[in-house]
Amino acid sequence: MTAMKQARRLRKATVNSFINYAIVIAAFIILQILLGQDMISNSIQSMLVPVCCYIVMAVSLNLTVGILGELSLGHAGFMSLGAFSGIIVSTALKDVVAAEPLRLLIAMLVGAVMGGIGGVIVGLPVLRLRGDYLAIVTLAFGEIIKNVIMVLYVGIDSDGLHMATKEANLVLAEDGVAIIKGPMGAVGVTKIASFTAGFILILVTLFVVQNLVDSRAGRAILSLRDNRIAAESCGINVTKYKLMAFVVSAVLAGAAGALYGLNYSSTVASKFDFNTSILVLVYVVLGGLGSIRGSIIAAAILTLLPEMSFMRSSSLKDYRMLLYAVILILVMLASNNPTLRRAFGAVGKKFKSSKKQEGGAAQ
Amino acid sequence: MSKQYPKPKLVPVPSTNIIPERDVDKSPILECRHLGIDFGGLSAVSDFNMAIGRTEIAGLIGPNGAGKTTVFNLLTKVYQPTRGTILLDGKDTHSMTTAQVNRAGIARTFQNIRLFSKLSVEDNVKIGLHNQATYPMWSGIFRLPSYWHKEKVAHEMALELLSIFDMQDLADHQAGSLPYGAQRRLEIVRALATGPSLLLLDEPAAGMNPSETAELMDNIVKIRDTFQIAIMLIEHDMNLVMGICEGICVLNFGKIIAKGTPAEIQANPAVIEAYLGKKKEA
Repeated sequence: MTAMKQARRLRKATVNSFINYAIVIAAFIILQILLGQDMISNSIQSMLVPVCCYIVMAVSLNLTVGILGELSLGHAGFMSLGAFSGIIVSTALKDVVAAEPLRLLIAMLVGAVMGGIGGVIVGLPVLRLRGDYLAIVTLAFGEIIKNVIMVLYVGIDSDGLHMATKEANLVLAEDGVAIIKGPMGAVGVTKIASFTAGFILILVTLFVVQNLVDSRAGRAILSLRDNRIAAESCGINVTKYKLMAFVVSAVLAGAAGALYGLNYSSTVASKFDFNTSILVLVYVVLGGLGSIRGSIIAAAILTLLPEMSFMRSSSLKDYRMLLYAVILILVMLASNNPTLRRAFGAVGKKFKSSKKQEGGAAQ
Repeated sequence: MSKQYPKPKLVPVPSTNIIPERDVDKSPILECRHLGIDFGGLSAVSDFNMAIGRTEIAGLIGPNGAGKTTVFNLLTKVYQPTRGTILLDGKDTHSMTTAQVNRAGIARTFQNIRLFSKLSVEDNVKIGLHNQATYPMWSGIFRLPSYWHKEKVAHEMALELLSIFDMQDLADHQAGSLPYGAQRRLEIVRALATGPSLLLLDEPAAGMNPSETAELMDNIVKIRDTFQIAIMLIEHDMNLVMGICEGICVLNFGKIIAKGTPAEIQANPAVIEAYLGKKKEA
C-alpha cells in the first residue's frame, strides 16, 4: 500500500519533467527531419541556435525569478560573460584542440564557469539583504559588463593572451590575432556552434533545473519564495540557498552565452544589454513564473515569431519591444487583479475537474 | 488509537519549571536573563527572566500587546535582543541567526499561520526535515544513491510525524487548501520535524472550537511525552493554559508580573488586576 502510494507520488513528481524532456526531444527530431527535407527557410535555420540559447536563458532565469522569487534584471550580463570568454577560449584553442565539438564543449564550460563567478560576485553581497536590491544590482551589473567589454581589447599571440583597455596598448607579435576589439566586439570568430549542441544544452539545463527543484535544496529554495520567515525558523540558511539558485542560474546563462557567441562571426557587447535581459524576463513572465514548460514554449515562440515571413514583411517587428512592454504590464495588471484572478481560477478548476472526469471515465 | 499517554493533570503538581533564578538547581533547557528589547524609545520587553525545564510545559500569558509574541521573536532571533542573554542548553545564542537557533533546538509556530501554502502538506513537513535528512545539492541534481536513500527516509519520517495528528492521508494536499485547524496542526508537525528540544507554540488553539481545543491539549501533552521535549506556549484559552501548563509566566506591558503554578497564578492579585482591572476602593 505504502509502496504503491510512493510509486504514485514519484510518478506525479517526475511526470512533468519527463513531459518537458519529451517535448524538447520531439521538437528536435521533427526539426531534424524537416532540415533533412530542406523544408525550413534559411532565416529560420539561422535562428535555431539562438532559439536554443534563449530557451536556456529563460529556463535558467525562471530558476531565479519564478522559483526563488527574486527579480533579476541582468541575466544578459551573465550571457555576455559566457559569450566573450567562450569566444576567447575557442579562438585561443583553435590550434590545440582541432575537433570543433570538443572545442565548443570547452568554450561552453569556461563560459559556464565565468557566468558562475559573476553570479557569486553579484549574489554574495546582495542576496544577504532583504528587498529588491537584487533587481537594482543585477541591472547595474549587466550595464557594467557591457561597458567593460566595450573598452576591452584582447588578443593572442605566441606569448599567450594579451589584454588592454586601449587599442594602442594591445601590442601583439607578428602571428598575433586580436579577438576582442573594444566597441567593435569580437570579430573573425569561427562559427562552431551547432543546433545539436544547443539541443544538448537545453536537455542539460532541464536536467539540472528540474532535478534541483525536486530535491532537498529545491524545497529549501521554494520555501524561501513562499515564506522566508517560516523557512528561516525551519533552520534553512537563507543566503546559501538564494545564492545556490542564483549561481546555478548564472552558470547556465554563461553556457548559453558561449553557445550564442560562437554562432556568429562577430559579436558586440551591446547585444547583451538591458533590452535582452528584459526580453528573457518577458519569456519567463509570459510562460508563467515557475513553469519550466512555459518558459521553453514562450522563448521558442517569441524568438521565432519576428522571423516568420508574415511578421518580417509587416512593420510589427519594429514595435516588438514596445509590444512586449505592453504585454508585460497587462500580465502584471491581470495577475494582480482579484476579480480576473478568480475568473481564471474558476476556469482552471473547471478545466481540471472535467479532465479528472474524463480520466475517471477512461478508467 | 485510544490515549496511551496520561491525561493532562487538571490539578497541577508543584512547578519545577518556571523557577525564580535563585532556585535553578537542575540545568534548564532554556534560560533567559534580564532579556529586553527596545523599539525606538519604547521598551517592548524588559527584564524578562525565566527558565524552562527539559520536559516542561510552560505557559506565557498576558493581555493583548503585553509582548508575548515579542518574547518568542527574541528567543528565535527574529529580533535581536537589546539587553540580556538567552541560554539554550547552557549555550549563549547571542551570535546565532534564526536558522542557527532552530538548528540548536528551538522550533516555533506562528500566531498568523505561516505555512508554505503553495506546496503540499508532505513537502511542508519535508522542509521541516531539512536538517534531519541531509544530502548535498549535487546528489540531488545527479540523483546519486544518497538522494534516493535520504528522500525515502524523509518521506517515511514525514508520514510518521503527520500521523501524530492523523494527517497522513492529507500528505498530497496543498497546504493552503487545508481547513484552519489542520493548518495549525501542520505548523506544529513542521516545527516538530526540525527535531527541537524546545517547541514554542504561538496561540495553538486560536480559532479552534472547544472539542478541537480539548484534542489539542491531549496532543500537546502527548508530544511532550513521546518526544521528551520542553514546550512553551502562548495562549488566551485559559482552560488550555490552566489545564496543561505546569508553570505559567504572566506578562503585562513587557514585564513579568507573576510566575508560578496555575493555582498560584489564579490567586495572584497582580494577575487579576492586569486582566480585570483594579478593584475600586470603596
